[in-house]
Amino acid sequence: MTNFTLVGVTLADGSNANIEVTDGRISGIGKKTSGETISAKGLIALPGFVDLHTHLREPGYEQSETVKTGSQSAALGGYTAVHAMANTHPVADTAGVVEQVKALGDEAGYVQVQPIGAVTVGLEGKQLAELGAMADSKAQVKVFSDDGKCVHDPLLMRRALAYVKNFGGVIAQHAQDPRLTENSQMHEGAVSAELGLAGWPAVAEESIIARDVLLAEAAGSRIHICHLSTAGSVEIIRWAKARGIQVTAEVTPHHLLLTDELARGYDPIFKVNPPLRTQNDVLALRAALIDGTIDIIATDHAPHPDESKDCEWGAAAFGMLGLETAASIAQSVLIDSGDSNWQRFVEVMSTKPAAISGIVGQGLELAVGEVANITLIDPSAKREIRGGGASKSGNQPYEGMTLPGRVVHTIYRGAFTVRDSKLVERGQQ
Amino acid sequence: MKHLLSARELGKEQAIAILDTAIQMEQVNAREIKKLPTLRGKTVVNLFFEDSTRTRTSFEVAAKRLSADVINFTAKGSSVSKGESLKDTAQTLQAMGADGVIIRHHASGAAHTLASSGWIDASIINAGDGTHEHPTQALLDAYTIRQKLRGNEAGTDLAGLRIAIVGDIAHSRVARSNLILLQTLGAEVYLVGPATLVPGALAAHAAGSFFSLDQAILEVEFDAIMMLRVQSERMTASFFPSEREYARIWGLNGDRLAKLPANTLVMHPGPMNRGLEIDAKAADSVNSVILAQVANGVSVRMAVLYHLLSGGTEID
Repeated sequence: MTNFTLVGVTLADGSNANIEVTDGRISGIGKKTSGETISAKGLIALPGFVDLHTHLREPGYEQSETVKTGSQSAALGGYTAVHAMANTHPVADTAGVVEQVKALGDEAGYVQVQPIGAVTVGLEGKQLAELGAMADSKAQVKVFSDDGKCVHDPLLMRRALAYVKNFGGVIAQHAQDPRLTENSQMHEGAVSAELGLAGWPAVAEESIIARDVLLAEAAGSRIHICHLSTAGSVEIIRWAKARGIQVTAEVTPHHLLLTDELARGYDPIFKVNPPLRTQNDVLALRAALIDGTIDIIATDHAPHPDESKDCEWGAAAFGMLGLETAASIAQSVLIDSGDSNWQRFVEVMSTKPAAISGIVGQGLELAVGEVANITLIDPSAKREIRGGGASKSGNQPYEGMTLPGRVVHTIYRGAFTVRDSKLVERGQQ
Repeated sequence: MKHLLSARELGKEQAIAILDTAIQMEQVNAREIKKLPTLRGKTVVNLFFEDSTRTRTSFEVAAKRLSADVINFTAKGSSVSKGESLKDTAQTLQAMGADGVIIRHHASGAAHTLASSGWIDASIINAGDGTHEHPTQALLDAYTIRQKLRGNEAGTDLAGLRIAIVGDIAHSRVARSNLILLQTLGAEVYLVGPATLVPGALAAHAAGSFFSLDQAILEVEFDAIMMLRVQSERMTASFFPSEREYARIWGLNGDRLAKLPANTLVMHPGPMNRGLEIDAKAADSVNSVILAQVANGVSVRMAVLYHLLSGGTEID
């Protein structure tokens, strides 16, 4: 198979080396070269990124995204694995659907597509889906989530937390009290009061997280909290971790960068769930990501077709793109700010999300003998964001912004999916 | 000025200019032939996604008195009820050559979206968007206050006047627009209502706020008190326990009216729930200017249409 050497890369610890890849695996990190030599001077080599929260929309919403276009977008963003959320149509609540999604991912061949299974049948919050069947399926589902909806029934949540211990699974909770957020349109605060848009109060997220960390503690289970968005949520996670509760938490790139002030123009490109919060929340989320209270960055990449955003705010869909911009925002928050380092970047973008998920062959430190999932980025590049990239949708919240860093190469299982920032034609290998 | 989307867009001079034009329009409305040729050949569309006979009629009369061609495009019985998007409706009106669109919509920001989307070139007038704003209502309220308390004198503002807005502040587009405009004109605005319906974020922009109407009347000598309509869906959503309790604590009744200064104006944007936020003694008292508000609505909307659409031709 392939044999090449990335010459002169910078590793996360700042040292320089050549990385040899042979037959899909890293065969050397050092001074040697063999096969084709590819100059990688000035590029940082990192383990391929792993997204724990991606909406690929297929099956059912192929007008927004397909497993293939979402995989391509992921590869361009430096990812070698994504976790496909369950809110498709039909919902990924059976072994059949999760196996189909995995098969579509393998067929596309750009990233490892790991399906997430629904916690409840049809995401309806009434009855547990067949979690064991999904875990035992070829898709080997370990992460379960009703994302888009909250598992709000405390009894059902308690049972789900306990039940996934049968196969070492984890529940990823979309923390949103449904009664406190009926018809909510944006963050509840000064801006929503002025704009007359129904508020989504911070307490609707925080009260569910507080409840669920206690349920997890009582059950002796792991729990993962999706898209943390408020300063108060950070405090609860910090408290829970200090208490020894097995909780992990993610933050999206957009909650690290954007605020509710952007709603002022009523442009629904900024309508997202959970909503963009205040600058105070952004600062708390950044600090928590740096100090480890928040474990990972997950994109919540949520493609929507034009007609779902080209309308009045109230009628628009929630969600924004994220796969091709996440690494840039992570770089901005962790590196360019001077507040953290590339090792932390690797943790939040690759090793930790893989560890939470238990996905095999992903999120491993670059080392001889490991599968060659490698992302090379040029941190000195600046790029102006235009359009939705490889995504089928164009709901790009960073349109016109200049973001730091560029993914130059993405190597998935030893083969280029992205080379010189361009997609490489793929297919089942 | 091309659009009127929010009271926020009106500076003091601009607001006073519109009110002054409305004085001239009021004089036209007192003539035997209540008509000006100003907007002859212009097409004005009343685009109403919510029922509101009052506001729609007021705009229709205003536009017709300025000789505009008026088309009523209501959600019921049109393609809108078949699920046509705002974009397609707007582009249809654009293709038909509308010069002005008066929009009433259930979504906050809909007027803003129409004006900024590029779907249509017409001037957009916000006739109420969700729970956001209703700027022409605020203009007609300001006009009525100036008429009654400042002798209807051109060029004057509302400096020093104390005005209470009472009721469901949180969901009221009338309250939002008045809070902004009346303060732009120099008045002190106080917000009064149940704690569930007076958002702190809005109260922070007011001269003061009260959860008790009695306390407010005791502490402040109001020059005008504006009662907001209570929507029945607020009760089912537990913002307050019952209509009886609301009327008892926040309703303007004869007893409370007697405690207000003798000349305090009693205002209501209509339609009233008699016996709920206002009782007959208050609504029909000599202090009530509620019908004057309706009459002034036409003059003020003529003034707004004139400023947006006439291109500055003289009023004869």
